[in-house]
Amino acid sequence: MTAPHVTLGEVLPERAVQNRLTNPGTENCSLCDPSVTLNVPLGAIGRVEKMGGASSRGENSYGLDITCKDMRNLRFALKQEGHSRRDIFDILFRYAFPLSHGLLLFAYLSQEKYEENGWSVYKPMEEFRRQGLPTDKWRITFINDNYELCDTYPTILVVPFKATEEDLRKVSTFRSRGRIPVLSWIHRENQAVICRCSQPLVGMSGKRNKDDERYLEVIREANGTAKLTIYDARPSVNAVANKATGGGYEGDDTYQNAELVFLDIHNIHVMRESLKKLKDIVYPNVEESHWLSSLESTHWLEHIKLVLSGAIQVADKISGGNSVVVHCSDGWDRTAQLTSLAMLMLDSHYRTLRGFQVLLEKEWISFGHKFASRIGHGDKNHADQDRSPIFVQFIDCVWQMTKQFPTAFEFNERLLMTILDHLFSCRFGTFLYNCESARDTNEVRSKTVSLWSLVNSDSTSYLNPFYTPESSRVLYPVASMRHLELWVTYYIRWNPRIRQQQQSPVEQRYMELLALRDEYLKKLEELQLTDSSPNSSHLSNSSASNAASPTQHINHLHTPF
Amino acid sequence: MLSSLGSAGGKSAKPSFVSYVTPEEIKSEKEPSRKEKHPDLLPGEVVFCSASTVLKYTQDDLSQRGVFGVLLCTNFRVSFVSDEAPTEEMVRTLFKNKLYGENDIPLSCVDNIYGDKRKLITGGLVKNKYPSKMIIHCKDLRVFQFSLSFSKEEDAKKIFQGIVHHCLEPKSLRCLFAFSYCENTSYPGSYSYCREHLRKKQTVMFDSVEDWTQDMKRTKGNCRVVSENSNFELSPKLPQYFIVPKNVSDEDLTKYQGKGLPMWCWSHHSGCALFKTASIPLVQEDNVCCRMLTAVAHNHLYSVKTEDLSDTLPTVQDILLSYNRFKQFFLIDNTTEFWMSDMKWFSSLDNCGWLDIIRQCLQKAVEVVESLEKENTNVLIMEEGGSDLCCVVSSLVQLMLDPYYRTLLGFQSLVQKEWVAGGHAFLDRSNHLHLKDKVESQSPVFLLFLECVWQLQQQHGPAFQFSETYLTVLSDSIHVPVFTTFLFNNDGHRDSLLRAESPHTQRSPLNCPTVWDWSVQFDCKAQDLFTNPLYTEKPKQDTSVRKSYRPRHLRQLSLPSSAFKTPPKKGFFKDEADNLKKILGVKRLSRWMLSPSSDSPQTSSSVREFYEAWQTKPLDYHGLLLPCLDGPSIRVWMQRYLRWIHDVQILGGGPVAMLSKVSEILGEVQELQRQLDRHGCTLTSNHKGARPRAKTAAAVIAARSSVRLSSSFPFVTSRNWSFKPAIPTSLLQSLMVTGMAGNLADREDDGGPESLV
Repeated sequence: MTAPHVTLGEVLPERAVQNRLTNPGTENCSLCDPSVTLNVPLGAIGRVEKMGGASSRGENSYGLDITCKDMRNLRFALKQEGHSRRDIFDILFRYAFPLSHGLLLFAYLSQEKYEENGWSVYKPMEEFRRQGLPTDKWRITFINDNYELCDTYPTILVVPFKATEEDLRKVSTFRSRGRIPVLSWIHRENQAVICRCSQPLVGMSGKRNKDDERYLEVIREANGTAKLTIYDARPSVNAVANKATGGGYEGDDTYQNAELVFLDIHNIHVMRESLKKLKDIVYPNVEESHWLSSLESTHWLEHIKLVLSGAIQVADKISGGNSVVVHCSDGWDRTAQLTSLAMLMLDSHYRTLRGFQVLLEKEWISFGHKFASRIGHGDKNHADQDRSPIFVQFIDCVWQMTKQFPTAFEFNERLLMTILDHLFSCRFGTFLYNCESARDTNEVRSKTVSLWSLVNSDSTSYLNPFYTPESSRVLYPVASMRHLELWVTYYIRWNPRIRQQQQSPVEQRYMELLALRDEYLKKLEELQLTDSSPNSSHLSNSSASNAASPTQHINHLHTPF
Repeated sequence: MLSSLGSAGGKSAKPSFVSYVTPEEIKSEKEPSRKEKHPDLLPGEVVFCSASTVLKYTQDDLSQRGVFGVLLCTNFRVSFVSDEAPTEEMVRTLFKNKLYGENDIPLSCVDNIYGDKRKLITGGLVKNKYPSKMIIHCKDLRVFQFSLSFSKEEDAKKIFQGIVHHCLEPKSLRCLFAFSYCENTSYPGSYSYCREHLRKKQTVMFDSVEDWTQDMKRTKGNCRVVSENSNFELSPKLPQYFIVPKNVSDEDLTKYQGKGLPMWCWSHHSGCALFKTASIPLVQEDNVCCRMLTAVAHNHLYSVKTEDLSDTLPTVQDILLSYNRFKQFFLIDNTTEFWMSDMKWFSSLDNCGWLDIIRQCLQKAVEVVESLEKENTNVLIMEEGGSDLCCVVSSLVQLMLDPYYRTLLGFQSLVQKEWVAGGHAFLDRSNHLHLKDKVESQSPVFLLFLECVWQLQQQHGPAFQFSETYLTVLSDSIHVPVFTTFLFNNDGHRDSLLRAESPHTQRSPLNCPTVWDWSVQFDCKAQDLFTNPLYTEKPKQDTSVRKSYRPRHLRQLSLPSSAFKTPPKKGFFKDEADNLKKILGVKRLSRWMLSPSSDSPQTSSSVREFYEAWQTKPLDYHGLLLPCLDGPSIRVWMQRYLRWIHDVQILGGGPVAMLSKVSEILGEVQELQRQLDRHGCTLTSNHKGARPRAKTAAAVIAARSSVRLSSSFPFVTSRNWSFKPAIPTSLLQSLMVTGMAGNLADREDDGGPESLV
């Protein structure tokens, strides 16, 4: 940005001279150092500010301050004379926040081409069929085909067989924003289901709705659950407070055969402040004294613990054959966290590279997690109260699970980091907009590229070599602070003292050994061939055996993994 | 039931013996005589007392459920023998300690005993009463809860008093089980054979002139081996053999019983070396200290830094206090208590200061490494006694600098050199004898060292040949009173006692195993778990390169005799030496003598720079290794501390899930190698790790692949665990704890201005 004297083509010694020449006059500026390159997608920028004025004194007091959404701040010191920052500030401000300036998001301009089309990863009907739906108790409905029942839900929904379209319409009047209880996942053997929805519109007066009550009863009856468990993700205090604004929760007396459990997970504002505090203690430097107490005071891991233990309870109930209904206030933040984590614990398919993409497409994207509002894509209003790192928190929970079960997931940490990078980058259409209807209007599928195109065109680099499929296994992570760790390689990745390893040493060693095994197998094969044909010439057989043999032998000696 | 048949009846399957009763009949006949039931006793083990129908509570819940059985107290352990027949799987437990089982507590492993209402029981106060419930906290962090209320009163009283007496009250060293065990082991000489074996091929014991000479030669040191103390004439506190700088005079050797003598620890390839010493009491004001410093300085280039560890590191009492607070987090009686403490876990950890003590020790070691590696100065570390933190720091320095000590045998040799021969007062520090006057000197210094090693190991896994499990087992073995390694205060102490206790002639002292004779505790298969599958031996060519890389003449330069001839900066060094003497005259023992400017804040920033410079270079697991000391990098030793807590076991997960896959593949690769060898194929490839000499755990784990491993592998097997997840119980509590700043928590999710109200 500055240092215009230095052009890229120059050879190193000259550059060094240039550097020394420019330095004494100007302020010291890291950009003058040719070895520093910064790569920040404009989408990751949350806030651009001018720092200091024309009359500011002191070193590096004049320049730009850029706050990023990915846990770092950048400061550029510029020369004070000649309005050096005016142009760059204007351009940055314009293009970092295109929506605020009537411009298109980068995803609509990108011309990237990939072998795979990521938009074909998730097909709702296919996914429901995989789960064994429809059944005699659960049917697929197209009632929301034009987003008339609920504008933040997807078009295809799974509802109890016994509930008529008319019932659904009636229920939708009693659920916040029409987000009625619909099936997210069904257990193949015991037919227990996870249903998700928003809060009932009980209000101060404690309204009842017979249709809603009957609807939940139908859900309960579907697999003969004795008592339907309703998980309200909120702390009970908040649920009560919601009555004032027309919301509330299912009362014990009105919903018989149901039990309500509060999971004590806090709202988006609490989570936003918590991550902000976390950033304060890790960026730019890791808090030196009393690190652990500082970490605790951010409450970040405590929130992770609550989300995980909520999901564990859901998964545990389902394993026991009990159907559950999960909601929070609107059913698109905490609810998405809980259902998707529970599904990750229950269904090994979601632990594969493709299955995980399906899980995100289904529970988060199609069911209307408000990515646009929570992230603020292309929007200059950095202080927007709607912003919150709910999805980051969910990915953190997934990371905690992969950490506790290093062989249970087909994908690796890199996938999680890539997802988070492109959550902000606006390079792909995947995380744009708040819900399906908005995506349809804006033709996301036809005009932008999916993140899964990038990932699936290079899937090997997102694979975990230790992956050992165990299809029927329910994964219960331990939701204790003893095992929860700060995701250092994500939150502190901009700190130079954290050694960023391309591969963990364990992984590296494993890959080396795998290569070695294959090499020895090949050698052994060659030797056995020479032994069996004692008079054959050494020259001829080596080339002949090369092509076919190794794979055969691998199959032979290979222990399945 | 099986155990009631004991060793006598157990061999009824002999073909010559025709039994007229079915096994079932034998069983029912024997059943009433429950008192005879006891564990397989070790040689020399005697049962003191026992009580039947004792209830051992299941550890992990509040439901008061448990197993009935017989509780015994022997001269070795407190043992619980369940009335229920052991299941087949239990008998075949993989990681079985041959000396004690999962329901046995060696007497010196008992940490605290609590009675009803969690009242701490102290020795000497037990009269005729006994509690209905007895809780035993062990030093290896197991927790046992027994109910005595179903037993006969007489029995209950006896067993309670017996246990309290033998676990908590003062006793003489001769009462420790090692002595009766060793007298009664029927294999005289088998250990001596082992020790001979060890000496030749394995752990260097540092109990001979040759061991010391060899180690000095290995590091190319140039000091003087002292053998004048071979019969402890100089001082019983000094090692039998040791090494001092060349310039130390005979006269100084005999002064002050070894205090102030700079003892050589290790030589850096540049020629400078690390020394440690017991500081001299201030009263003895002659210039011995000065002479010693000069002697150290003479070792290489006339530079020396000294560091009095008592000034900069916590005292042994601090260490004990901190550890006592720390260990409480893991001695968990029940689930509720566990989850209650969960939310405040990080700040509790922080407040007990244990991790910080670990960090300080590592940091001090890095400082010393920096002086040796970067500045090539001699370093003399000192403290009162010279055998606690000096041992911690000197061994850590050697682990960081010398890859040999990161091998299993190298590490054992290091412990022998710095701790056993180095005269760490194991007996006093562990206070196995519960002597009232030794309560003050109790301190887990050696454990602190192992903790530091664990930190290094978890940061740089592939650099260590031994595994985490090895360290955990070693930390447990401190409390098994069988090994000479941990029973004495110093060489002299060991020698005199083993001689006095010898049943034979005066010439051959009592033969006791050292802890390094792992076969005493574990069979070969279990020992396989001691090696780290990530470790690879150094490729051969590299060594030769490195050797020739170090020009010998550079060495010569450092020798005092030639120092004035060759170096170009001769005058400078001479001045330094003179300067040194001046400084010494005025200021004793000031920190980092020759660079007085570096006080602690600067030191830590210099350490950081040193670390950062090291970090930018590619990581060489066979070269210098430095720990990252940042907050997130210093962790809790999960395997050691969490292994017995049911609620935190990750079933089917934890690092072992990955490591076992590495072991599996390593096993296959080794098998292939054997096949290739049979074909006479010489493997030219210099692949790392192609040929580890030690066997790996591959076979063991492969055999167990049907059983699901958990994060506490190999200490607890998952057999008796439910698949129910542990659900935190105190969630509601957390709501209070969270205490949000402002009223964010009360707000609506979609915080438009209208909903802020």
